[in-house]
Amino acid sequence: MALDEYKPQSGGAELDGERKSFDYVGTRPERPDGLDKVTGRAKFGADAHAPGMLFGAVVRSPHAHARILRIDTSKAEALDGVKAIVTRADFATGLTGEFANVLENVMAGEKALYDGHAVAAVAATSALAARDAVKLIEVEYEVLPHVTDVDAAMAPDAPVINDSYADASVPEGFNANVVRYHESGHGDVEAGFAEADMVFEDTFKTEATHQGYIEPHACLGSLGNDGKGELWCCTQGHWYAQKYCAALLGLETSQLRVTASEIGGGFGGKTTVFIEPVALALSRKANRPVKLVMSRSEVLRATGPTSSASMDIKIGFKTDGTITAAEGTFRLQGGAFPGAPMEFSAMCAFACYDLKNVRQVGYDVVANRPKQAAYRAPGAPMAAFAVESVIDMACNKMGLDPIEVRLKNAARDGSKASYGPRFDQIGMVATLEAAKAHPHYAAPLEPGQGRGVASGFWFNHGGETSVSLALSEDGTAQVSVGTPDIGGSRASMALMAAEVLGIPYENIRVTIADTATLGYNDVSHGSRVTYASGLATIKAARAAVEKLCQRAAAKWGIPEDAVKWENGCAVPSGPNAGDFDPMPLADITATMGQTGGPISGHFEATPEGAGVSFGTHIVDAEVDPETGATKIVRYTVVQDAGKAVHPTYVEGQYQGGAAQGIGWALNEEYIYGEDGRLQNTVFLDYRIPVASDLPMIDAVIVEVPNPGHPFGVRGVGETGIVPPLAAIANAVSNAAGVRLKSLPMSPPKILEALEAGGDA
Amino acid sequence: MDYHTPASFDEAVSLATSASGITRFLAGGTDVLVQLRADIVTPDTLIDIKHIPGVRDITQNADGSWTIGVAAPGAEMSEHPQLGQDWPGVVEGMDLIGSTQVQGRATLVGNLCNASPAADSVPAMVAAGATVTVTGPDGTRTVAVEDIPTAPGRTSLAKGEMISAVNLPARGENAGDAYLRFIPRTEMDIAVVGCGVNLRLDGDTIVEARVSLGAVAPTVLLVQECADAIIGTTLDEAALDKLAEAASAACNPITDKRGTIKFRTHVAGVLAKRTAQIAYDRAKGASK
Repeated sequence: MALDEYKPQSGGAELDGERKSFDYVGTRPERPDGLDKVTGRAKFGADAHAPGMLFGAVVRSPHAHARILRIDTSKAEALDGVKAIVTRADFATGLTGEFANVLENVMAGEKALYDGHAVAAVAATSALAARDAVKLIEVEYEVLPHVTDVDAAMAPDAPVINDSYADASVPEGFNANVVRYHESGHGDVEAGFAEADMVFEDTFKTEATHQGYIEPHACLGSLGNDGKGELWCCTQGHWYAQKYCAALLGLETSQLRVTASEIGGGFGGKTTVFIEPVALALSRKANRPVKLVMSRSEVLRATGPTSSASMDIKIGFKTDGTITAAEGTFRLQGGAFPGAPMEFSAMCAFACYDLKNVRQVGYDVVANRPKQAAYRAPGAPMAAFAVESVIDMACNKMGLDPIEVRLKNAARDGSKASYGPRFDQIGMVATLEAAKAHPHYAAPLEPGQGRGVASGFWFNHGGETSVSLALSEDGTAQVSVGTPDIGGSRASMALMAAEVLGIPYENIRVTIADTATLGYNDVSHGSRVTYASGLATIKAARAAVEKLCQRAAAKWGIPEDAVKWENGCAVPSGPNAGDFDPMPLADITATMGQTGGPISGHFEATPEGAGVSFGTHIVDAEVDPETGATKIVRYTVVQDAGKAVHPTYVEGQYQGGAAQGIGWALNEEYIYGEDGRLQNTVFLDYRIPVASDLPMIDAVIVEVPNPGHPFGVRGVGETGIVPPLAAIANAVSNAAGVRLKSLPMSPPKILEALEAGGDA
Repeated sequence: MDYHTPASFDEAVSLATSASGITRFLAGGTDVLVQLRADIVTPDTLIDIKHIPGVRDITQNADGSWTIGVAAPGAEMSEHPQLGQDWPGVVEGMDLIGSTQVQGRATLVGNLCNASPAADSVPAMVAAGATVTVTGPDGTRTVAVEDIPTAPGRTSLAKGEMISAVNLPARGENAGDAYLRFIPRTEMDIAVVGCGVNLRLDGDTIVEARVSLGAVAPTVLLVQECADAIIGTTLDEAALDKLAEAASAACNPITDKRGTIKFRTHVAGVLAKRTAQIAYDRAKGASK
């Protein structure tokens, strides 16, 4: 979820109170897009093609920080097949705020701000010609001092990225690289620490990690001199792409039609634009469609990883495990632009617990790295790593059970959240109880193994949502949603529509509509799709059902409110009960053209009842003390789904969060050389876990209904990556017998920690 | 770029001899094509040797020795019914490289001529005492595998020279070999440290040994001190400790994105012990 789009959820009272069971929701049918994906028929970003299409390529800065003195394109222009070259001069001017930041990131202006920053682009008749042309574009740089580490970037003498970034929130006396400040909490932490029997305090660091989606960014743009354009791209939000591309190119938003392709993973990293405005700028200049596809190394150098973090945590405990006060400072480095999600770190850090005294501080720090992008629960996993590590250290020291201590302090229905509001109906205790009862928690450990437990929290999000549902004459339905399907959401939408309409799942086709054919939709982020598009699908289906009942009432000559909808049929009710045979949906739609016209339903709103979500993970790790190698031997995820619409895909989200967390915890990291260049720009050295690195991950679905959704749904996509860093660090620390405080816990770091000694 | 598909080694040698600029021989292409696409090496002349008769063959000779063709892929080595019985360490070292797809293409000679100190098949070949046949404008010579790489990315092959076969000695009695590497993941990675051990027993006592180390120096090392540490022993704890010490002492690594000097030096000792134990157990099994 992008920082500027987060809206605190005010809650809601949408839950169907009388519902006892479901016919379709909670079943596990095959996903509608499955066959296309396994047979290769599905069209991903790079599959777009247009007659006369050109191929684009991007010139990128080899320097971490450099003034651009001169760009000479003459040799490239002379190359056979080159049709257009663009630089910053080919984009809109006068932009402010996030539009200006995104433009600066998409195409550098006066300075290159990180290794891989785009400085020019070329379109040619073949991909090879475009590649050759890139090599012929001469860029003269004045190399400037750079900084890539978060703590180093805050130092008084650190090179300044941009002295106009800092906003009014930043207290006096900081380096200009500190661009935003956050403070929140309640109670009196000093008094709370004074009440404590023991106070634990430590500092933690995490490296930036990439979302690691399989599909690199790819798009095809076509833009004429009349300001009308088309864009096909792989994105989590095509209305966002429409809005930003239009702004960056000086177009009217509605004149640019954007179609989202199938998506090979996003995890937050495709909630913004990188190459899309560039393809359109090239197309406008060449007057031909232009395709741009990133290589993996471009993805790693120039798209958004998550932030790196440096954090201080202090927690006071009574000897029985009761927390008397908690305090955290979160310094997040988000690349060369403001926006590191430090307030999410701060707000989520202690949200699992009902605390009398809590205070959290955040710093948004810029450095010479690519602009961070959202990555699953942005800001929350690193905060949980720091906080849950301290709780584990305290449990070890005080000889207390880690689940019991969490239960003792757990946030409950009505608790005042560490970030302000009061919780509604929540599942924190339920996930802890389920974890405690799981056989994993009682299973014996082998020598050399250690167990870790950690909990995590994520807000979840609603967002602007439009859904349209149309019935066909044959009694089937088509649903148009505007949220790209990043986790099986078309199956979930079809299940929810089937539940309301009472027709089989297979009779419903769900399509991701383009920007010209549906109202505005916020991005597929914030774990919002099954919640918000699902709620809108249910309401759109209910609107259609209302019309179906009206048609039946008219046919029977009885009042509209004397017809109810049951099992896919209009049924007379009340005084007319039993007067007529139930009328199936297909009988009504067969003649709908003659009984009042086509029947459809739609719904547009910004729902604000996305229920918060909690999870608790149990991990067993084995550490080889001679090499520092770690093996994750057992992993159990317990998480509240509210209501699992398609349990298989809910389990998939849980497992995916754990898998990405294992990578983040153990081996993934951005490695910068002394020269500020990224050293590991391919998957060989950017070490995401491979299948054989992972155990089978057990997924336990807890269902504490969300009052803000008709069926009780809570988003499940992000919470699953919040506890893993901490749960794994706790397991590794307990296995190694020393405390690991810096991620990734790579083998050399584990050996260093073993050599240094200390307690777990 | 000129692309050739010679039908004999003589033709390939004559093409390479007369070529100017950068010449690369193409077998599996798992390094050459990757480097080409990544703009690391763009050859002027590419000589595809897969069309030379016999280059995919894996042959056991009458004396029990083996000749492995320069284009025989890892997958064929792994699936060969006899080769892995004689030289499990060599086959496993080769098998560790890349994915299933890469195994269908990658070759021993490609791995050797890429001259990476971290090449997985090379320490195993060095420990095994493998040689290569080098064909060049002046005829043919036999060279020990450890004498081919001279520095990262560099070999001792002269202009126009190419490797035309890999030769593994006859396995003989009461002997075993093994290769282990350390990587942070479980597969699809580059060795941070690699170690090959090949030894022969008389009863329980080691009478011959060759120990090699990868990724801890500019080239794969054949470490005589390691062999000396275990020859004449039954690989008891004291011998293993001396072996580890000798292995760590032989290291001259760098700190890079894959590992630190300290880490590599330490893990080389750990791996030497573990690899020697496997080779020893195999030799014992072979002597039953």
